[in-house]
Amino acid sequence: MLKVWKKVIATGNVTEPWEKSVPPERSRGEVVVQNVPCKGCTLCVNVCPTNAIKLIEGSPVINQKACVFCGLCVDSCQDGCLKQTSNYKLATLGGSLADNTGSELKNKIRRVLGRSLHIRHLDIGSCNGCDFEMNHVCNPVYDIQQYGIDFVASPRHADLLMVTGPVTRNSTQALMMTYEATPTPKLVMALGACACSGDQIFGESYAIRGAVDSFVPVDIYVPGCPPRPQAIIHGLMLALDRM
Amino acid sequence: MKNYKTIPAAELRETAYELYGDGQNGLMSMFANDERQLNGYYAIYCLFSVGKSMQVIKAVLKEKAKLEFPSITPKISGAAWYEREIYDMFGLKPVGHPDLRPLALHENWPQGIFPLRKDFNSKTPVPTAKKEFPMAGVEGEGVFTVPVGPIHAGIIEPGHFRFSQAGEDIIRLDAKLFFLHRGIEKAIEGAPIERAFYQVERISGICTVAHSLSYCHAIENIAVVTVPPRAQYLRALVGEMERLYNHVGDIGNLCAGMGFAVGIMAGARLKEDIMRVNEALTGHRFLRGMVVPGGVRLDINDQLSAEITEMLDKLMPDFKEMIELFIGNDAFLNRVETTGIVPRQAALDLGVVGVGARASGVDVDIRRDFPYGCYSSLKFDVPVYTSGDVAARLWVRVDEVAQTVNLIRQILAKMPQGPLKTAIPAIKPYSSGFGWCESPQGNNIHWLMVGENNTVYRLYARAAAYPNWPALTVAAPGNIIPDFPLINKSYELSYACVDR
Repeated sequence: MLKVWKKVIATGNVTEPWEKSVPPERSRGEVVVQNVPCKGCTLCVNVCPTNAIKLIEGSPVINQKACVFCGLCVDSCQDGCLKQTSNYKLATLGGSLADNTGSELKNKIRRVLGRSLHIRHLDIGSCNGCDFEMNHVCNPVYDIQQYGIDFVASPRHADLLMVTGPVTRNSTQALMMTYEATPTPKLVMALGACACSGDQIFGESYAIRGAVDSFVPVDIYVPGCPPRPQAIIHGLMLALDRM
Repeated sequence: MKNYKTIPAAELRETAYELYGDGQNGLMSMFANDERQLNGYYAIYCLFSVGKSMQVIKAVLKEKAKLEFPSITPKISGAAWYEREIYDMFGLKPVGHPDLRPLALHENWPQGIFPLRKDFNSKTPVPTAKKEFPMAGVEGEGVFTVPVGPIHAGIIEPGHFRFSQAGEDIIRLDAKLFFLHRGIEKAIEGAPIERAFYQVERISGICTVAHSLSYCHAIENIAVVTVPPRAQYLRALVGEMERLYNHVGDIGNLCAGMGFAVGIMAGARLKEDIMRVNEALTGHRFLRGMVVPGGVRLDINDQLSAEITEMLDKLMPDFKEMIELFIGNDAFLNRVETTGIVPRQAALDLGVVGVGARASGVDVDIRRDFPYGCYSSLKFDVPVYTSGDVAARLWVRVDEVAQTVNLIRQILAKMPQGPLKTAIPAIKPYSSGFGWCESPQGNNIHWLMVGENNTVYRLYARAAAYPNWPALTVAAPGNIIPDFPLINKSYELSYACVDR
């Protein structure tokens, strides 16, 4: 017991605010389109493993929900139209939360959940990358409990379902039953490129049924493959209007 | 290794039993391939490790003949899942198999549709069937059943467990997995091998490097390409970084099985330090984006090298102090010692690999036994314990952390100069071969058949967790239910790797 106390005291406080640490130089995040004329060679379109990039009216457009940040498009572009940044703040709001007119439902959700948020994790097809990052937001460095946010053991205790992976055939029932079991008002977060985009990551398959929002309404999209812990916290803060 | 011993399927049992030699040689992998368009038959491949070599049996079933083969499970228990999956995916029936319930396809899959046959188009809509899925249990007075999952109470992947209980004691455990089945092997058929790599890299998050390496090794073996020395060292570097963050995190996680919060947090904190260096090194916290077919994508410089060394220097004393929290702690040791024992013979029969095997006295490590990349020029020991319990798996991991740190230091010190990548030439259509590597959980084996124009004809990915999962059903009975999380975490098996 003495050793345990000694270790705890010696370690001290390692928790940091989520925006404090800066991503390292090589960190791969959002790919942005530069203001450089595109010659329409379509190399970037062909090289993208998840079909996240399209040429629309002669310039590349990236579907952030399906981008896995591999950077192959950036490497392939000879004209310098694309640039990889380390930006991870890619979360977007959907459903009633995205409504800018301040709908009653949005206000109600934020009023009810604003101070504390209980999350139920739901893995319905992920590669476990997102799930591990979810574990990491609970580690003493990010410690999401400092924001009044916590993971709970049952959907009946949850305000938010954090869903990872494309919806597979074998876990569709689990998704629907868990959603039904969560009391209203509830939020759903689609975490990671698979959950946001469906079959774009692994390709069309007999075993994948689609994105999370083709089964249940999604309020927060957090793309990334997987999103960094800070990106997850950014999504939560955005939803709770605590930015 | 491209020499397949081709036999008619009817002789599979005799030939396999002969190679198995009463358990002296292990079954490493078994899978089927639809080669009707090429040769007019289905083929079943069995990979055995025979002494210091690997041998492959290729059993063929003519298209028009009865689609069945003699099951080898009665004598080789490790084949049970492989054969069930072959039956699921190809409809080839292993006659004499004791448990032919579906494995990867659940009760929602209609009868008579076999997704890995070439004439099944992935775009075909498949109706939802409502069949029953019988779970195996024990009946009797006072015996009750505890169903758990697929959605568990923590942040963990989905799987369904059925415990047959008498009081607190587990009598039998039955597991239903494959909730994460994404059909990756089918989805990448026909894709160019260098593009399919990005799907393969995403089979599992925590085994990213292992799956990438096995896949790349398969391509390079088939194409007879040698990866430049610097790329080999960089690959070994990320491979060992993957083992390091997994082992450190898993040791911390084990404490979650008993509610030892200080241990959990210490493990999570150290893991975070390693993940940050992973990101500095490859741009990705799970080390994606370093390995590519033919070599590596990124180089390291002195600054990154120094950053890794600095992290290791800080990690080791901290890690040692964390382990000291366990060593003298009777409450902790009481929970882990003699809990969840897998005897050596059971481990051999099931073909258990990696940490699980080495904790049960089976001395295997594919880095040493069938070296790849630069491993033959590196020095390391393979820790082996014999008690087969949770404690043994913990100590194996602890020892391996020290070995891995040592390996990373060697790799950085010996890093040769030179190019990073060799181009993959045009591969002769329909040539096939294996690729393997040691993931943090054990050996990871891929088999690839390349089609026309360097596309994937068929990939079979067997992760380390695949042969290890059935070991849990051996480890759990005789223990109490509260010890199951501990036993489960001591194996720390990935579901995504298995389900694919």
